[in-house]
Amino acid sequence: MTNKQLPVDGKGLLNNPQHRAIFFQVFALALVVFFAFYFANNMFDNIESRGITTGFSFLDNTAGFGISQTLIPYDDGTSTFMDVFIVGLLNTILVSVLGIIFASIIGLLLGVARLSSNFLISKLALVYIETFRNIPILLQILFWYNVVLAALPGPRQSFAYLDSVFLNNRGLLLPEPIFQSGSGAVLVAFVLAIAAIIYLIRWSRKRHDDTGEEFPIIKVSLAILILAPTLVYFIAGQPITAIYPELKGFNFRGGLTIIPELLALLFALSIYTATYIAEAVRAGIEAVPKGQKEAAKSLGLKDYVILTKVVLPQALRVIIPPVINQFLNLTKNSSLATAIGYPELVTLFSGTTLNQVGQAIEIILMTMAVYLTISILISLLLNWVNAKMAIKGR
Amino acid sequence: MATYTMKEAKPAPTANKGVVFWLRENLFPDVKNTLLTLAGLYILYAIIPPLLDWMIFNATWTGTKEEVVNSGARWIFIVEKFDQFMYGFYPEALHWRPNLVGILSIALIFGFKYISSVKLKIATIILFPIICFVLISGGWFGLEVVETEKWGGLMLTILVAAVGIVASFPIGVVLALGRQSNMPILRTLCIGFIEFVRGVPLITILFMASVLLPLFFHDGIEFNKLLRALIGITLFQAAYIAEVIRGGLQAIPKGQYEASEALGLTYWQGMILIILPQALKISIPNLVGSFISLFKDTTLVLIIGLFDILAMVTLTNSDTNWLGYEVEGYVFVTLIYWVCCFSMSQYSKSIERKFNTEH
Repeated sequence: MTNKQLPVDGKGLLNNPQHRAIFFQVFALALVVFFAFYFANNMFDNIESRGITTGFSFLDNTAGFGISQTLIPYDDGTSTFMDVFIVGLLNTILVSVLGIIFASIIGLLLGVARLSSNFLISKLALVYIETFRNIPILLQILFWYNVVLAALPGPRQSFAYLDSVFLNNRGLLLPEPIFQSGSGAVLVAFVLAIAAIIYLIRWSRKRHDDTGEEFPIIKVSLAILILAPTLVYFIAGQPITAIYPELKGFNFRGGLTIIPELLALLFALSIYTATYIAEAVRAGIEAVPKGQKEAAKSLGLKDYVILTKVVLPQALRVIIPPVINQFLNLTKNSSLATAIGYPELVTLFSGTTLNQVGQAIEIILMTMAVYLTISILISLLLNWVNAKMAIKGR
Repeated sequence: MATYTMKEAKPAPTANKGVVFWLRENLFPDVKNTLLTLAGLYILYAIIPPLLDWMIFNATWTGTKEEVVNSGARWIFIVEKFDQFMYGFYPEALHWRPNLVGILSIALIFGFKYISSVKLKIATIILFPIICFVLISGGWFGLEVVETEKWGGLMLTILVAAVGIVASFPIGVVLALGRQSNMPILRTLCIGFIEFVRGVPLITILFMASVLLPLFFHDGIEFNKLLRALIGITLFQAAYIAEVIRGGLQAIPKGQYEASEALGLTYWQGMILIILPQALKISIPNLVGSFISLFKDTTLVLIIGLFDILAMVTLTNSDTNWLGYEVEGYVFVTLIYWVCCFSMSQYSKSIERKFNTEH
């Protein structure tokens, strides 16, 4: 019987795992560098042959087109593309923040409804979640914009609530607050109220640790938050008034107009994202072991105390990371506004500006950089929250 | 000595069983829940009857649009434009070709497990996409060429989704392995790509693919609009698949890696024979979830000018003979997407239940 001869010395250059690792990495890097160089080379050739200008100097040029909603002063004639960029960025942030607020409220309610002991309510929430999370968000945006909001009556037949809020096919009209002199005092009162509440929370927590006595913190802070600014408001002689929208001729004058594009986008984004938030809330509360609730109950705690002191602190640890991820998704999905022409970053910058200037590389890179920055900021926030919420071992 | 005689258990009191008990326990246990139930019933009453009336009882299913008398949905629009919703502008005489591809795909999905030899399986996997492509696009074997501009409707939606998932899968596996490997440069490259793609919205990647891609290549190399969209979607999906598979890889116990090394397997042998089969199996529910998002995201191609099924709603409504039928169009497309996504998510849940062995 002959033994099959195995190579005894595995000392070939490529048989050493470390050498091989270096070889592979150098190879991969060379491949990436080659392609980057190849693409960059072609890009410069193409740019030159098509006569496209490069650089970011176009940002100082006058834009010369109108924008239907601007948060900063913007003028068709004098504002530059840099202003367009900022207007788009602010509108993206506006729709994201509003969407996050509404989606959280709807999602929280749905998640709680989903866990309700009431059979009907729980199943209704389930139907809502399964309906809206299985329909593409773009389809929902287009449906709200092209079907629901387009079917609203014209200004003269608009739906009116208390003669101050109007809804018609030009959008939602709200009273516009006007801050006269003295309204600063109300703001100061508001800030002071918040500071007082923070101090109160610390004090009550300390007292609770020392003596075990409970303090009705939610009721008292709500009272301070509402009463203090209201009192100052009347003492200062009602400095904040409102301009109500008024029907003049064929359209409304005055007031705050929320354009239908923003409405459609908000409806679609918050309804869609709420389904994911609801599922996160449900999963988080269900993740708390049943024994925890039973133990709390057998200690004789009230339902309210069980929820706030036993269930929620453990559930939040599971709920918050996926919810923050959904906030990021909502922000990214707000870029779909370009399909209905809401003037946010992608519509204004990757759309209109790109068409006018033609410098695709700079414009798309700037747009991507904005979203990358937002997602890096949100992941930093997430890491911070995770570190803060991690179970502290002793 | 007293003897103990066993007694029959008494039946539960009538107040603790039956329909009335269930109703009282689940719908009307106290005042607050009774109010909630009534509110829920009112919501049902406000939504269901009008919706059914509009969709079924008052709807118009046959006839021409001049004969419409009912106030409900005018489904005749969908009947009239059905071919466009399904195939876009694909020539009517050639509709058998996409149909054949559809039948072949279903046959492959259900018949694949009956193919016994592994070589035959691999050959099918490689040959199948080529056959599909030749059938749909034509140009060979005497099949008439159909330009990609004419592809559209549900056909295009499914095609984009299918190419997206099939092409992104191998890239995703490689990216996931790269991210988990202990070679620093390779890992950095993979992490950089994955985090970049996941950090930006799909629409910017599609813009990049449609505007920047032509700039990256020589003048001679042409990409049509569809191919650009496919490249964008594949790169986008690959990053998400990589993250899903990484989750699976991390769930494999370290002992499995060590055992494969102890057996003297090379890196690729160990990965292909030991690690990946287990990692992929536990990632299936999440892979299906990722595929559902991809299927929903295919709607975005309409923004860069492809005519998927959602774009068909606007397009069919620009026919001067059929103006103002958006509602029917949107509802029809919604139903298609909903049925597809809902059945896929139920499938993923059933797999998850099957794999879930903990109690």
